[in-house]
Amino acid sequence: MKNLNELTIHQLIQSFESGEATAEGATSQVLDAIEAGAEYNAYISVFERDALLQKAREVDAARAAGKSAELGLLAGVPIAVKDNICTRVGKTTSGSKMLANFESPYDATVIQKLEAAGAIIVGKTNMDELSMGSSSETSYFGAVRNPHDIERVAGGSSGGSAAAVAANLCLASLGTDTGGSIRQPASHCGVVGVKPTYGRVSRYGVVAYASSLDQVGPMTRSVADAALMLEVLCGEDPLDATSSAREVPRFRDALGKGVKGLKIGIPKEYQSGEEGVDPQVLSRVREGIDRLVAAGAEVVPVTLPHTEYAIATYYLVAAAEASSNLARLDGARYGLRVEADNLSDMYNKSRAEGFGDEVTRRIILGTYVLSSGFYGQYYGKAQQVRTRIQRDFDAAFEEVDVLVAPVAPTAAFRIGEKSDDPLTMYLADIFTISANLAGIPAMSVPCGKTDEGLPVGLQILAPAFDEEMMLRVAAEVEQ
Amino acid sequence: MSQKISEEIRQRYEVVIGLEVHVQLRTETKIFSGASAAYGAAPNTQVSPLDLGLPGVLPVLNMRAVEFAMKAGFALNCEVREWSRFARKNYFYPDMPKGYQITQFEHPICEFGHLEVAVDPAGLAPGADAPQGAEATKKVRILRIHMEEDAGKSTHVEGQPYSLVDLNRAGVPLIEIVSEPDIRSASEAVDYLKKLRNIVVYLGISDGNMQEGSFRCDANVSVRPWGQEALGTRSELKNINSFKFVHDAIDFEVNRQIAMLESGEKVVQETRLYNPDKGETFSMRSKEESHDYRYFPEPDLPPLVIDSAWMERVKTTLPELPEARRARYLGELGLSEYDAGVLTDDFLLSEYFNEAVAACPKDAKPSLYKSVANWIINELLARLDGETGLADVKVRPPQLARLVQLIDEDAISGKIGKKVFDEMLASGAEPDAIIEAKGLKQISDSGALGEIIDQLIAENPEPVADYRAGNNNIVGWFVGQVMKATRGQANPKVVNKLLVEKLRGDA
Repeated sequence: MKNLNELTIHQLIQSFESGEATAEGATSQVLDAIEAGAEYNAYISVFERDALLQKAREVDAARAAGKSAELGLLAGVPIAVKDNICTRVGKTTSGSKMLANFESPYDATVIQKLEAAGAIIVGKTNMDELSMGSSSETSYFGAVRNPHDIERVAGGSSGGSAAAVAANLCLASLGTDTGGSIRQPASHCGVVGVKPTYGRVSRYGVVAYASSLDQVGPMTRSVADAALMLEVLCGEDPLDATSSAREVPRFRDALGKGVKGLKIGIPKEYQSGEEGVDPQVLSRVREGIDRLVAAGAEVVPVTLPHTEYAIATYYLVAAAEASSNLARLDGARYGLRVEADNLSDMYNKSRAEGFGDEVTRRIILGTYVLSSGFYGQYYGKAQQVRTRIQRDFDAAFEEVDVLVAPVAPTAAFRIGEKSDDPLTMYLADIFTISANLAGIPAMSVPCGKTDEGLPVGLQILAPAFDEEMMLRVAAEVEQ
Repeated sequence: MSQKISEEIRQRYEVVIGLEVHVQLRTETKIFSGASAAYGAAPNTQVSPLDLGLPGVLPVLNMRAVEFAMKAGFALNCEVREWSRFARKNYFYPDMPKGYQITQFEHPICEFGHLEVAVDPAGLAPGADAPQGAEATKKVRILRIHMEEDAGKSTHVEGQPYSLVDLNRAGVPLIEIVSEPDIRSASEAVDYLKKLRNIVVYLGISDGNMQEGSFRCDANVSVRPWGQEALGTRSELKNINSFKFVHDAIDFEVNRQIAMLESGEKVVQETRLYNPDKGETFSMRSKEESHDYRYFPEPDLPPLVIDSAWMERVKTTLPELPEARRARYLGELGLSEYDAGVLTDDFLLSEYFNEAVAACPKDAKPSLYKSVANWIINELLARLDGETGLADVKVRPPQLARLVQLIDEDAISGKIGKKVFDEMLASGAEPDAIIEAKGLKQISDSGALGEIIDQLIAENPEPVADYRAGNNNIVGWFVGQVMKATRGQANPKVVNKLLVEKLRGDA
C-alpha cells in the first residue's frame, strides 16, 4: 500500500470517498515528505503546518457531513505552486534576491481557483530566478535537485514543481511555461506537464517573465490528473485581458477514446541528429510513437520550416518583454533596496545587487533589442518570424491532429555542467519554444527512461484550444 | 534675458507651432484598474495593486475611456480606427511605478482630424491682405489622438534628501491630441486651445480644469524665414497650465529663436519650461539627453477593436457642440453674435441658458429668448462671486425664465423684476411666490390707476397748469407720484397713457 503522498489525485480522492483516507492524513504525510525530502531543494517555502491541517480537517468534516457534492474537484488535495505565483499567504520570491522578502497583498487568479476547488496549497516551489533558465540552477535559493539522480538538474524553470511531484512532496503542482519551463522539467523528472493554449489560464498574479509567451499549467503524476487540474484552472478572467472567453470543456472526457484513426505528425526538423539529440532520447520517443501506431494512429511526416529560427526569435521576444516587465523591480516600493545618494544610484545598485547573472544578461539583451535603431532589426523581425512559425503550425495541423516530438535533446544533465555556457543552455529549449511562440498547447508525458534510469518525456503539440486532442493522445502514450 | 525684436525683424520670420494637448478623461475609474480616478483625495488612497506596479498584475482597458476618446475623435473630425493598439513607453521615473507608461504609439485610436480657428493677421506673411469672410478662419489639422495612462505626482521637498510620491493620479486616463504644425501665432495657438477645451467640456469627457492639470499643453515652436520650406529647429515647451502662459511662453520663445538666428547662432532642439514669474523659458533637457523609450506593443493587452455598431452607438450620444449651438442661438433663437458667443464659450452658462429656454412657453417670441440671454449675461453673471458659481446659484434656469416671462407679460416692471431677482438669489424662492407674498404684482388696471391719477390731478393744480401751459416734462413727476402711491407696482406704460389723456382732459 502506497503512502497517501504517492498517489495520483484521482486515487487520493477515491480513498477520501471510500473512507480509507482523510485530507488531514494526506496533508500531514505530504508535509512529512517535504521535510524528509529537503535534499531536493524543491520548495522555497512551506506554509504553516497547523493552518494547513486545520484547512484539511474542514474538508474532512464537510465530507463526513455528507456534503461531498458541494466540495470542489480538488477538495483536500495537497498541491504546490511555483514561487512566481502570488499568494497572500507567505512570500512570493520568484526565486530572486530582489523579491526574497516580497509578500503579495493579493492572490493570483489560479490560486483563487485552486482554493475554490478545495485544494490545500502546501507551499511554494523553487525555480530559476524570475523563470529565466532551463535547469533550475539560477535560483537565489540554490539549485533544485533531480529526484532520480540528486547530482542532476531537475530542469527549468519550474524545476521545483516537477521535482516536488516526482519526489512525492505534493500530489500535483503548478508551473509556468514561457519557452518550455513546464514541459522540460516534467520530462527530466518523469512527470506529466501541460502548457495550455495561450489565454486558456489567467496570468493575473503570475510574476511576468515574457507576457506574450507565459502560461500557467499543471504538473501531475498522470494524464487524468492533468485533465482534472486543467478543468479547475482554465477559463476567462476579467483581470487578464488576454485570457480567452472560450468555454472550458470537461477535459477528462477526452481520455480513454483511444487514437485509432488519428493522424500523428512527426516534424522532420525535430528528428535530425543535427540538433544534438541524444540517441537514447530519440529511441524512447520512437517507442512512444510506436505505441500510438500500435493503437491505430497513423504517422504522417510534416515540416515546420522555420524551426531553425525559433530559438533566436524566442530570445529576442522574451528578453525584450522581460526587460520591460522587470523594470518595476527598482527598489522603490517593494523588494530589495540598496541605499544610495541619489535616485538613479538607488535604482542601479538595487538592481545590480538584486538580479543574478542570467536575469541581468536577458535584461541587457532585451534593452538592446528594443533600443532605437535596433527595434526593426531585432524585435520587429522576430515578430515577423513568429508569425511564420505560427503559420507553420497552422499548415501542419491542416494535415494532422497532433504533432509529437522530443521535449528536450537530452535527459537531465549534471548540475553545473552547462552553467558556464548560456548559449548551450538555451539549446535545451529547442523543441519546446515554438509552441510558446505559436501560442498552441503542448505537454510532456513520460515515455521511458535512459539506461542510466533518467526519465524521458514525449512532447505532444495540438492546435490552439484543442487540449482535448492532446490529452487523448497523451493518455495513450501513458499506457 | 528678454530679447527685444523690432517689428521689422520679426516680420521676416514665419512662426510655426504644433500643439500636443493632454486631456484628462472624466471616468469614474482609472484606465487600466478599478481604482477611483477622482481628483483631490488624500495621497495614495486611490491605488490598486496595478497602480502600484506590483508583480503579477495586469492592465484591463476601461471601455468608458475608449468611448470618451472616440467622442473626442468624432467631435474633432477624425477617422476613428477600427483597430488600434497599446504600446509600452519604457523609462525609469519614481512616479511611473511599472517602469513604463502604457500609451498608443504606432496605431492610435483616432487620426487625421481638424479644428477650425480664427486666423490671426499677425501670423500672415508681410503684405498679405487682412483675412475676410471665409479666410478669417482656417483648419488646423489634427494628426492623431491617442489614449494613455497618466503618471503619478512627485513632490520635491525643499532641502530634504527625499521626494514624496502620490500615485492617486497614476493610471488616470488621458487622451493626447496632437496637431500638425499649422499654427502661425501665439493667438492662433490660444484660440485653438480654447476651442479644444470648450469641445472636450461640451462632450462631457473632461472637466478641462487647467489648474488641476486636466488640460495640459506642450507647444512645439520654431521659426523660419518667410518662403523657406524646411522647418526650423524646434523647441518643445512643456506643461503650460494657462492660456495666458501659453501665449506669453510662445511669444518669448519666438523672440528668443529669432534673436538667435539674427545673431548667427543655431537654435538647438531641446525641451524647455516656462517660468511665469520671469516670463521666460529655460532649458530642461537637450535632444542629446532625451530618452530612448524603447516602445514596443503592450503584450498584456489585446488590440483594441471597435466595430461599426459600437461606433454608431457612440456617435448617437454626441451632444450639440459649441459651433452648432452658436449657430442655433443665432438662427433659431435670434440672439446677437455677441450674446451667442458669450453663452457658448462657457459650457455651464450655455447649459443654463438652454434650460431656461426649455422652460419658456412653446410659442414664445424670439424677444423672450433675447431677454433671457440678457438677464443671464447682464444680471446673473454680474452677481456671481468667487464662491457661488452657476452650478450652485440658487436661481435655477426655469425660475429665471419665469421671471423674464413675468416682465415680458407686464405682470411686473423691469425695476420690480430686479428686486424680485435679488430675493430669488437670496432665498431661491419662486418669482410668483415672492411677488404674491410682497404684493408686487404690477397694476395695469386703468380703473384703479385712473382713480389714483384723478386724485393726483385734483390735489396738484399747479403742475397740471404747468403741463397744460406746454411743459411736457412734468409728466415724469406725475409718473413718479403714481409709482410712489403704488409702491412701484403701477404699470408705467398704462400710467403714461392715462396721465397724458387725463392731463389733456381727454378723459
